[in-house]
Amino acid sequence: MPSTELIPRAARGEIPAIARLISRAEAGMPEARPALAEIYKRAGKAHVIGITGVPGSGKSTLVAALAARLRATGGKVGVVAVDPSSPYSGGAILGDRIRMTELAQDPGVYIRSMATRGAMGGMARATLDAVDILDVGGFNTIIIETVGVGQDEVEIAKASHTTIVVSAPGLGDEIQAIKAGMLEIADIHIVSKCDRSDANRTLTDLKQMLTMGVRAGVASEWPVRVVGISSLNGEGFDELLEAIAKHRAFFKDSASGTQRRLAIAGFRLEKTAENLLIERFQQSAAALTPALAAKLSARQGDPYSLARELLAASLA
Amino acid sequence: MTQPIRVLLAKVGLDGHDRGVRVVARTLRDAGMDVIYTGLHRTPEEVVNAAIQEDVDILGVSLLSGVQMTVFPKIFKLLAEKGVDDLIIVAGGVMPDEDVAELKKMGVAEVMLQDTPPDAIVKSLTALVTARGPR
Repeated sequence: MPSTELIPRAARGEIPAIARLISRAEAGMPEARPALAEIYKRAGKAHVIGITGVPGSGKSTLVAALAARLRATGGKVGVVAVDPSSPYSGGAILGDRIRMTELAQDPGVYIRSMATRGAMGGMARATLDAVDILDVGGFNTIIIETVGVGQDEVEIAKASHTTIVVSAPGLGDEIQAIKAGMLEIADIHIVSKCDRSDANRTLTDLKQMLTMGVRAGVASEWPVRVVGISSLNGEGFDELLEAIAKHRAFFKDSASGTQRRLAIAGFRLEKTAENLLIERFQQSAAALTPALAAKLSARQGDPYSLARELLAASLA
Repeated sequence: MTQPIRVLLAKVGLDGHDRGVRVVARTLRDAGMDVIYTGLHRTPEEVVNAAIQEDVDILGVSLLSGVQMTVFPKIFKLLAEKGVDDLIIVAGGVMPDEDVAELKKMGVAEVMLQDTPPDAIVKSLTALVTARGPR
């Protein structure tokens, strides 16, 4: 079925139509581009929560518990969970669903696993298209779970309305895991696994670092929150839901919210242009690199001039 | 650029043995596929819902508990109810030859028994998706 015909079905919340549109966005099918353009125009109602943190910090478990609680307050919840593709084979094992089994039977929850397929920054190229499709499908809250990131994969903050950074106790002395970048992007910091005895130390460290005013370059009157949770015994989730609701209202009604919406649009624009550029570059590189490399290898040209030649061909 | 084949691998019912399915998951990943693994003890409903949400090309169900003649009819019934007609269903595990014949009649595209070499699994899944064509 043509993608444009899938839109009304997706808008009625039909899961197979939503799922197929996401697949086509992921495949970058030219056939789907007009449909995605239409979807972008219709989207914009949902609240987008980005969840990031180092591998093993409990992101997937948190997403599952959070989605269940958001469901209890009404509204549908969409989840886009990103996992890394192998840089060698291009394949991926997507295991986030394993931690979300309790949601599997709820028709108001949609979970989509997505492989990065070489994209950097913690998200896949089609992650934001998937968010728009879910938005049009009537999902009120959409959670993006990034790949387990290191210290400077901060793109999620330029794509989500509320950014949550998850840290776990015991991952290193002090806040080894969330140095500069990660510390700066969070609207809400979560310390997971608070059923563990060393969690208090992590909470204290984190709060202390935040008092030093680490949100450089982010002018915002939002007071960053630090919440300790345990997905095991449910501790802290009321506080987390309250913090999310507050930030959601702040995002909607404040001057910083307006600014952030503009920044999100700017990021989307540049990212899309970047992807288009990469696509064209890869095509011309496939065609031209062998000949240019032969020249370079024979010292008949220098890297800089030949690279410019390659670039000129991609932009032609 | 060709898209990776998407596969959902599932263990259904009271079957605690997932070494085999994990080896298959790894093999398929190394062949460049996107593999979603559901974990142990899923119900047919959960598996079918997940396959639809993930819009996979192939649903592979691994069974070492002998319940294939209960599980697969349920899966096909659910797919029919939900109007899904372009999902390729594959079985894996240890099962008797007469069941294999029955399963194929039911619509299972391929049954990979315990002695199937990893390469053969990759080849046959790729062939199944190629034969189906783009969607």
